[in-house]
Amino acid sequence: MALYTRQAFFHALDFQMYDKIFAEYIFTISHGNFEMAGSASSSIKKILKHMEMGKAFIRRVCIACYEVEMNMVIHSIGGKIRLEILPNGVTIIAEDFGPGIPDIEKALKDGFSTASKEIISKGFGAGRGFSNIKLNSDRFNINSQVGKGTRLELLFIFRKE
Amino acid sequence: MKTREICKLLNAKVLAGEHLLDNDIESAFGSDLMSDVLTFANGRMALLTGLNNPQVIRTAEMSDIPLIIFVRGRTPSEEVVKMASERDICILATEFIMYEACGTLYKAGLLPCTRLSNV
Repeated sequence: MALYTRQAFFHALDFQMYDKIFAEYIFTISHGNFEMAGSASSSIKKILKHMEMGKAFIRRVCIACYEVEMNMVIHSIGGKIRLEILPNGVTIIAEDFGPGIPDIEKALKDGFSTASKEIISKGFGAGRGFSNIKLNSDRFNINSQVGKGTRLELLFIFRKE
Repeated sequence: MKTREICKLLNAKVLAGEHLLDNDIESAFGSDLMSDVLTFANGRMALLTGLNNPQVIRTAEMSDIPLIIFVRGRTPSEEVVKMASERDICILATEFIMYEACGTLYKAGLLPCTRLSNV
């Protein structure tokens, strides 16, 4: 379902040892559970802090991951977020079971939103999510099929702080 | 500006993080849109908002915001206050409306936060 193979996804950045994963963590995301939304990102923050990764790096990963998680809670019927710890960065892979995005190009536009008034009144669904995700990640890959689901891959590379 | 000073200027109540009142705050951002907060946030920023759901705390947690100011008399639930305490986030609550709270802090010299400043 992915647009790129794992190798191609990393190759463009000359990313070394893309197939070496030190650790992997998987979180289940349920649809509509607004009260619990963000708990996976919160756990990811704790893991990265425990690994003593830089503050600015952790913030980039967590902001992007939180936007992804909110998108899944609001729009998907549920899915999983996977965190992979690599030799020189981390990846976040989010996969949901549907409903899928009919027009990805449109969905990625800043300001585009299909969120309900109720969600907007809670502070989300303003169409800024994907812009924030792109802004904070070093590589962004999305693929979606209506009726099947959406897969999002994000790569974050360590930088000197 | 010290959190304590902000508290005094806004005639605010401290709901969480009494021990954090000597923290330095360098800038502020007022919004009820959490995605906008996530775009602008930096590490020594005060967030002024009229929203009082758990996602405000989550947003602060993800973007390392140490101070949340609830405006126009909005008070969060006990659960939200507990979430903030556990994460070492200071919470103030003021009766000032957003405009008045922002204006007061701006006048006192607290800077607006700029996009992607990496404090």
